[in-house]
Amino acid sequence: MAGKTLYDKLWDTHVVRTEEGGTALLYIDRHLVHEVTSPQAFEGLRIAHRKPWRIDTVLATPDHNVPTTDRSMGIEDPIARIQVETLDANVEEFGITYFPMNDVRQGIVHVIGPEEGATLPGMTVVCGDSHTSTHGAFGALAHGIGTSEVEHVLATQCLVQKKMKNMQVVVSKVGAGVTAKDIVLAIIGEIGTAGGTGYAIEFAGEAISDLSIEGRMTVCNMAIEGGARAGMVAVDNKTIEYVKGRPFAPKGENWDMAVEDWKGLTSDPDAKFDHVVEIDGRQIQPQVTWGTSPEMVVGVDARVPDPENESDAVKKDGMERALQYMGLEANTPITEIAVDVVFIGSCTNSRIEDLRAAAVVAQKAVTEGRKVSDTVKQALVVPGSGLVKQQAEEEGLDKIFVAAGFEWREPGCSMCLAMNADRLQPDERCASTSNRNFEGRQGQGGRTHLVSPAMAAAAAIAGHFVDVRDLTA
Amino acid sequence: MEKFTVLNGLVAPMDRANVDTDAIIPKQFLKSIKRSGFGPNLFDEWRYLDHGEPGMDNTHRPLNPDFVLNQSRYQGASILLARKNFGCGSSREHAPWALEDYGFRVIIAPSFADIFFNNCFKNGILPIKLDEKIVDGLFQDNAASDGYQLKVDLESQTITTPNGTSIRFDVDEFRKDCLLNGLDDIGLTLKHVDDIKAYETKRKQQAPWLFA
Repeated sequence: MAGKTLYDKLWDTHVVRTEEGGTALLYIDRHLVHEVTSPQAFEGLRIAHRKPWRIDTVLATPDHNVPTTDRSMGIEDPIARIQVETLDANVEEFGITYFPMNDVRQGIVHVIGPEEGATLPGMTVVCGDSHTSTHGAFGALAHGIGTSEVEHVLATQCLVQKKMKNMQVVVSKVGAGVTAKDIVLAIIGEIGTAGGTGYAIEFAGEAISDLSIEGRMTVCNMAIEGGARAGMVAVDNKTIEYVKGRPFAPKGENWDMAVEDWKGLTSDPDAKFDHVVEIDGRQIQPQVTWGTSPEMVVGVDARVPDPENESDAVKKDGMERALQYMGLEANTPITEIAVDVVFIGSCTNSRIEDLRAAAVVAQKAVTEGRKVSDTVKQALVVPGSGLVKQQAEEEGLDKIFVAAGFEWREPGCSMCLAMNADRLQPDERCASTSNRNFEGRQGQGGRTHLVSPAMAAAAAIAGHFVDVRDLTA
Repeated sequence: MEKFTVLNGLVAPMDRANVDTDAIIPKQFLKSIKRSGFGPNLFDEWRYLDHGEPGMDNTHRPLNPDFVLNQSRYQGASILLARKNFGCGSSREHAPWALEDYGFRVIIAPSFADIFFNNCFKNGILPIKLDEKIVDGLFQDNAASDGYQLKVDLESQTITTPNGTSIRFDVDEFRKDCLLNGLDDIGLTLKHVDDIKAYETKRKQQAPWLFA
């Protein structure tokens, strides 16, 4: 019998029952909840007189709508305020563990789950948010669900699922100055935004095992941008060290038992994948997206592609639309694209290591007597959680950012999707560390270029894209 | 959930690949705590010339005359013909809520994003995957003929074109059954309470830290 993949193992340990035709009930260990995709689910429970099955598995926080400026006066936008107040009331009514807006532990769900040790290896983790794939970095099966499924998991602790296919993406060692964000953007450029549809992707290879746990979170976070609901990385010593001692992590005898179990959370050497993609890490440069889909991405040393060179008619049409929306000419060198706004944050890149990487660039500028370019209207740094913010301030990163001309904000999703007041104006061009460059994503008419934190900081200082390796070499 | 059996419907084309859920329903409308009323804001940024916000009277907003759903020939459409990777991006169920509220009950495309595909079935929408060449043909036939309609029969898993051609499609048995009968997933799962409890008892032995 062939060995099992990591995904096979996670699936097998969570199947409650399987119907004819392969539809299964899958047991859920951790359910993260935020204000945007939960109100209708709680309302559904109330209407049907149903109670949550296991409230101890649920952890809630508001993140999408919260302001990143002074919060002492609450939320100004009345509609957003109602949504957050609805979550406040629902967690109170159902008795759910909650980090409200002014709690230091509040933050983006995908930052606080791992930070609290609420995300553990071997778990099934769901949330009404597509970037739940982030938690796969711990050797967990984690994916986004819709609101009907949020209600289903609350009511039954299970999801109705069909098993996905197995894909392995192997990336060999990358060069100096190439980050997790560059790796995952390069992967999406290679497989396309639908390349992972129907698959659970396991990321492997030296480039991935060399990454820190936070870097692996960045990679898994964007699995969904490659079409895969779930991305994951095998457990190693880094995983276990990261989890150890966190508030929700197992203690004492349970810890020892858990660690023994977690060590088996790797794909067997003879495991069979339905599809394997191998990527030469040496070819990966710092990445910059040029279009309106994350697959529209090139190295910083490249030029904006020319639709004339595309033979597929639907693709060519998509490229032309993207260039028009983005206000770009084909064949423009990426380093000649000027930016108006810089956003460092989001569930992809708002953890302490991301902020440190951006701060290195900011510090260098300050030392050289430079600041955020006069041509850049706004440069935001939005930490992923209150605890990330606190840690950064202990390290003095906030002072570096402010000295360099960046704004230092309160934690939340912020300009990644512009549900709060942080948003682009029409035609504004943004170097963003977020995950989606869709039309209107960061504000109607806004133009998004996805980059790593260091590349975003470098663009803020230069006023246009630059190869951050030239600055920090 | 509303049942889905047979639909005879007008077809509207959405001729671009990778239509994402931000385009289907922009984020400002996600602040609603309700499940209904998203139809007037379906494709808001493409459909109107001004910037839409929740609470606006959409009947007085300037329509974008170039947007396909604003053309008179597609008024009343209940079948959306789309390109590959339809519904990519966020997990927001507001996307199928908006499509359903607008009046779409069937979406035909060469491929769909997984979460969106799943969300459709929970809301009485039938997403149908067809070979890219067949979808291409439907786009051409639809463009060539005003009032182009298709008949979609879920029971027999067939689409019938105006000239009588029958196209067979695949659908998961469980999902088909739920749609045909308008079944509530949660009610079905709660029939297996004993299995869930038995699983928990067993799992607690293997992995007690998950229950601590």
